[in-house]
Amino acid sequence: MEAAAAGGGCGSGPPPLLLSEGEQQCYSELFARCAGAAGGGPGPGAPEASRVAPGTVTAAAGPVADLFRASQLPAETLHQITELCGAKRVGYFGPTQFYVALKLIAAAQSGLPVRIESIKCELPLPRFMMSKNDGEIRFGNPAELHGTKVQIPYLTTEKNSFKRMDDEDKQQETQSPTMSPLASPPSSPPHYQRVPLSHGYSKLRSSAEQMHPAPYEARQPLVQPEGSSSGGPGTKPLRHQTSLIRSFSVERELQDNSSYLDEPWRITEEQREYYVNQFRSLQPDPSSFISGSVAKNFFTKSKLSIPELSYIWELSDADCDGALTLPEFCAAFHLIVARKNGYPLPEGLPPTLQPEYLQAAFPKPKWDCQLFDSYSESLPANQQPRDLNRMEKTSVKDTADLPVPTQDVTGDDKQVLKSTVNEALPKDVSEDPATPKDSNSLKARPRSRSYSSTSIEEAMKRGEDPPTPPPRPQKTHSRASSLDLNKVFQPSVPATKSGLLPPPPALPPRPCPSQSEQVLEAELPPQLSRAPSQAAESSPSKKDVPYSQPPSKPIRRKFRPENQATENQEPSTVGSGPASAATVKPHPTVQKQSSKQKKAIQTAIRKNKEANAVLARLNSELQQQLKEVHQERIALENQLEQLRPVTVL
Amino acid sequence: MAVCVAVIAKENYPLYIRSTPTENELKFHYMVHTSLDVVDEKISAMGKALVDQRELYLGLLYPTEDYKVYGYVTNSKVKFVMVVDSSNTALRDNEIRSMFRKLHNSYTDVMCNPFYNPGDRIQSRAFDNMVTSMMIQVC
Repeated sequence: MEAAAAGGGCGSGPPPLLLSEGEQQCYSELFARCAGAAGGGPGPGAPEASRVAPGTVTAAAGPVADLFRASQLPAETLHQITELCGAKRVGYFGPTQFYVALKLIAAAQSGLPVRIESIKCELPLPRFMMSKNDGEIRFGNPAELHGTKVQIPYLTTEKNSFKRMDDEDKQQETQSPTMSPLASPPSSPPHYQRVPLSHGYSKLRSSAEQMHPAPYEARQPLVQPEGSSSGGPGTKPLRHQTSLIRSFSVERELQDNSSYLDEPWRITEEQREYYVNQFRSLQPDPSSFISGSVAKNFFTKSKLSIPELSYIWELSDADCDGALTLPEFCAAFHLIVARKNGYPLPEGLPPTLQPEYLQAAFPKPKWDCQLFDSYSESLPANQQPRDLNRMEKTSVKDTADLPVPTQDVTGDDKQVLKSTVNEALPKDVSEDPATPKDSNSLKARPRSRSYSSTSIEEAMKRGEDPPTPPPRPQKTHSRASSLDLNKVFQPSVPATKSGLLPPPPALPPRPCPSQSEQVLEAELPPQLSRAPSQAAESSPSKKDVPYSQPPSKPIRRKFRPENQATENQEPSTVGSGPASAATVKPHPTVQKQSSKQKKAIQTAIRKNKEANAVLARLNSELQQQLKEVHQERIALENQLEQLRPVTVL
Repeated sequence: MAVCVAVIAKENYPLYIRSTPTENELKFHYMVHTSLDVVDEKISAMGKALVDQRELYLGLLYPTEDYKVYGYVTNSKVKFVMVVDSSNTALRDNEIRSMFRKLHNSYTDVMCNPFYNPGDRIQSRAFDNMVTSMMIQVC
């Protein structure tokens, strides 16, 4: 009947079927039931998934999936069957697909491999057992479980098999002690009801579940004792689902009842918020990835077994790159939650968990935009000198890799910078008058990041970390600054902000004398190693050790301009370190900085002179040693010559 | 159409081995095991200098009267061995190469899973499905 008509029309995959009389009858009945449950008639319309072609009779995915599961074939086989029959390709179960699928089920049940060829031969009718699957029993609803036990196993004629399903469904839906009247349905017309809460396992599942309550109510008149429970099927899914959710409390306390209304694989807004927060805790940048190891540690906390976690990862990492983007992470998290709630994992990633779907369904969270807005605004509006630009860009890259602590530092920087920016603005001797205050503050933010990148090494070396604004900008400037810039005395913060000539590098170490000392000490050992090599004797070498300090500084000055100030400051700070630090720290004004600058240069000059003197002394001593060594050598050679003529003989 | 597919680790123990006819599985295991010697021979024959240029696909390792055994080595010395039915004359070298490439890709995907420890048996369902598709494809 329909098979012949539909065979030419709908399906384009499977070959035309030859059905026997009995088969035809059985299949058409099954199809009618499945299609009827979908609301009947051609074009189920809006409630059904939109992929149904209008004008065709289709079986709803829900009843079909349940029917297939009732055949007690393994899920893999069922998927193969659905694939082969063409339902996946066309997206719905038309009559052809349905009949082919039924034939394949019969073949599979007879032990034949699932192939198109196998359905060409004569086959017995497919058998559909309706014993409860594990997935359905797990609901934890005692009434339901009770209902399953009352089930009467039927023989496997086609009509009786469906009546068995009816029994069970009716018993399920009433949940009341009035199960006995329902246990005698043989006379009632077969009524195929979707088992509620058997969600999410079939890929064919669509949002048709929402419309199922309606057809149930429509079919109520057909079934006598179920009149009382007409509202049952509709509300029962909700009730079951809510009880399910409440009974299985996730360790992460997700209790969104409405989330499981239509599908357990659909992520609600609340869940989404939670997942995004978790993502943020692992990876502050929402548009980047969580690496595999980080995700592994995180998901292992869920106490699922490793094979299951491995499988969840396989499902959710769609591009197989070993890292999770935000939608992938949400999908994985959702699967873990579902698994902990007792849902068996699906064979494939459900469509509602696909990354594209998740990205489209949920807009990007707002919290990620703030930082990037600042970058986007600052970079085009940047009128800074080239070195600042360069530093900013490198710092942007750096900050992406920065560990969180430095970002906290930058956060402090930002705040302090902003305040100092605002206060130092009027003193700004800016060569860039066009920059508005907003862009300045915005520029301050990215610049703070650049500070962090350069100050990381200092911070690590120093140990303590006073995020005073003046040193930071100067540090960054000093790295790229030429000596000319050192002479310019500008307020540190506004200078950096407006892209002015950066303040001299001598300032930074002043507030942190101890730190500079540490810096020097770190560099001393390599210098010390060099010094003893220069010394000929061991005893002079000890003297050289203290002398090696001065030689190290001029050398370092070449390679480390940013430490120039530290070197210069070292002798002065050693002497008057704390005092100067105390005085320096709270005074980022122009005049004091300039005077300190002069002082710094003067001390540097003094230092260099001392170093020169020391070096000269060292030189003379070494020369003496060299002479002595020469004399010794001459003496030895004489001895050798004296002895040689004796041996030559 | 592969009759048996095996993934051997660097230390020559199997990470994954599967054959279609469930009877005679031991025979296939034995064939794969003996093929490892041939693989080692082929690798060492190339010489250390050519390790960079060494091709991953090793080709026919050895034929028996019923079966042909093909080999493929990755750069990390993980070997893929495939046993094919000799009666399948339609299978050309290119097809074998493409099958090995698919195997390699699936293996890389398995590796990308952070929950997979290298050296464990491969239990990935995606990998299983891929191998199934290779074994049941009708030529």
